[in-house]
Amino acid sequence: MSLLIASKIQSNPKYLQLVKQRDTLSWTLSAIVCIMYFGFILLIAFAPDVITQPLPNSVIPQGMLLGVGVILASAMLTGVYVYRANGTFDPIVQEIVQEASK
Amino acid sequence: MKKIITLFFAVMTLVLSGLSLAADTVASSVAPTVASAVAPTVASAVPTTSAVVAAVPAVAAAPAEVPLNWNAIVMFLIFVGVTLGITYWAATRTKTATDFYAAGRGVTGLQNGMAIAGDYMSAASFLGIAALVYFNGFYGLIFSVGWLVGWPIILFLVAERLRNLGKYTYADVVSFRLQQGPIRVMAAISSLIVVIWYLIGQAVGAGQLLHTLVPQVSYVQSIIVVGALIITYVTFGGMKATTWVQIIKACLLLGGATLMALGVMSHEGFSFEKLFSDAVALHPKHLDIMKSVVPIGAKLNPVESISLGLTLMFGTAGLPHILMRFFTVTDAKAARKSVLYGTCFIGFFYILTFIIGFGAIVLVANNPAYVADINKSILVLKGGGSMPAVYLSHALGGDFFLGFIAAVAFATILAVVSGLTLAGASALSHDIYASVIKKGQASEKQEVWVSKMCVIGLGVVAVLLGIAFEKQNVAYIVALTFSIAACTNFPILVLSIFWRGLTTRGAVMGGYTGIIGSIGLLVIGPTVWTKVLGMGPAIFPYDFPTFVVLPTVLIVAYVASVTDKSASGQKERDAYDAQLIRAETGLGAEAAAVH
Repeated sequence: MSLLIASKIQSNPKYLQLVKQRDTLSWTLSAIVCIMYFGFILLIAFAPDVITQPLPNSVIPQGMLLGVGVILASAMLTGVYVYRANGTFDPIVQEIVQEASK
Repeated sequence: MKKIITLFFAVMTLVLSGLSLAADTVASSVAPTVASAVAPTVASAVPTTSAVVAAVPAVAAAPAEVPLNWNAIVMFLIFVGVTLGITYWAATRTKTATDFYAAGRGVTGLQNGMAIAGDYMSAASFLGIAALVYFNGFYGLIFSVGWLVGWPIILFLVAERLRNLGKYTYADVVSFRLQQGPIRVMAAISSLIVVIWYLIGQAVGAGQLLHTLVPQVSYVQSIIVVGALIITYVTFGGMKATTWVQIIKACLLLGGATLMALGVMSHEGFSFEKLFSDAVALHPKHLDIMKSVVPIGAKLNPVESISLGLTLMFGTAGLPHILMRFFTVTDAKAARKSVLYGTCFIGFFYILTFIIGFGAIVLVANNPAYVADINKSILVLKGGGSMPAVYLSHALGGDFFLGFIAAVAFATILAVVSGLTLAGASALSHDIYASVIKKGQASEKQEVWVSKMCVIGLGVVAVLLGIAFEKQNVAYIVALTFSIAACTNFPILVLSIFWRGLTTRGAVMGGYTGIIGSIGLLVIGPTVWTKVLGMGPAIFPYDFPTFVVLPTVLIVAYVASVTDKSASGQKERDAYDAQLIRAETGLGAEAAAVH
């Protein structure tokens, strides 16, 4: 990558916007996954009674639904990121690269 | 080219003769050997805190006269035949270093997603989680969840940037703007420690599994067959063969686990309520299996729970053989898609293992055909602690299905070991030989040659260590490998990608803090200090050191970087802009090879 292209990209407001948007999405989604997962882990560590409380008229503990929920939600959030990145970020990246190589 | 092909057939003949040798022993053995391993459990090689080991009793099974398990052998031979065919195909298409390390960067998102699943879902997590659930109930779910949540983090923070910045190893990314020598040595050391210990765990598991299922084949023979096969796959077929072995294995394992879970659910009238209440009624601990936030019988330990949680999540995101998979795809988009597919497959699989574990409580426990001594315990099985899933397949589908699942479990080990061996070899050849010793002046041909020699070397080392560790307590292996990955590879990689201020000094000091800190605390922790070395009460009272080491690594890397006033340090900070442009746009990234 030549210095010229690099400086063109760096002064392109679209690029700065892209970096900011992608970082925000990455870190927000990471934070959500961590809050869900460590929420689950902290409940196990400090409130096992809540986790093992069975569902009404059942032997299945609440924590089992929570755990499976964390797995499903994680898979869904990866879907959200891929959808956003494919739909929003990739076209912007293409524009930036095209404008820089003009 | 011709030479390669001749050599390939020579090795193939060797492997096949090794197999027929094993078969000969089988035929001639009048009194089959007795499974006498003291702790023949894949489960103990895996996801266990020391308390689990206590809770997963291993038993010296004594099958007096075991008929030869033909179903398993035939299905395993079919798998070996197919994968060797693929290796031959891949060998004719592996010409450059990029072909060898990264499958020519031609792997699609879906293929890589399958291969990721095949690389990651080990026999340990299949047999291990099922066994944890079988003995402890709910507790197994913590591992299912913890081993999955690393994946979204990999996607959000590293996958695409890794593809855009790296070439063959994750050290490429960390050393992108930092000094090659010290960074690569540090990264190679941590990668190799992880790879070699992971290999030992897998080799011991393979030996014990095959020996338990086909007692006529000895432990040593099983490990040698594994070693010979992976050396063949990886030296001849490189990443292409490894990828396809992993894809086939992922299909087999997902298919097999789905059939088992369907079998369990159809037995229980497709009612989870019935499955869980039957399990509670039949398990000797009854309702306790629904309340086990720690292994049954262990004390509540909040700090340990949190540290385990950290280790599972961030360890996944720092495994060198997993990170390496992102260099095989065509571009950042494919890298991203592959994590989505991989996460779905792995999540689905972990939910299945949970059903399989409870299914085993209902169908395997209390069944005299599987239980070692029904008067003593209705849980403890013949052949050791990792057998619940294997016997469940027999309970559901007889000898044929047992043979299938046994072959799948073995295929699983081969796929994981291939990925590990290639990751270890590339750390040695690409990071140490080509970049540090030859300072980037090695030709591609030399580098690939060195890499193949390293594959053979690592294969032999894995076999020898596997044999040496037969009777060892290897329960600390998961804690060791995941702790180093979580405390060294993951934080240094993320800092190098996201933090402009990181300098060589910070990365190197942080990295060694992670390596030395995790190993040191593990050695003085309960598993190694008390159980393996027998030195009395542990100095450091926790099995998983991540909750101490990970923050320390971050602090050390931060302080060592900000106090770095050197000119080279300043240059490294200035080079961040160029790195960021390439990470974000893929401009200058390694292109997919076209042939």
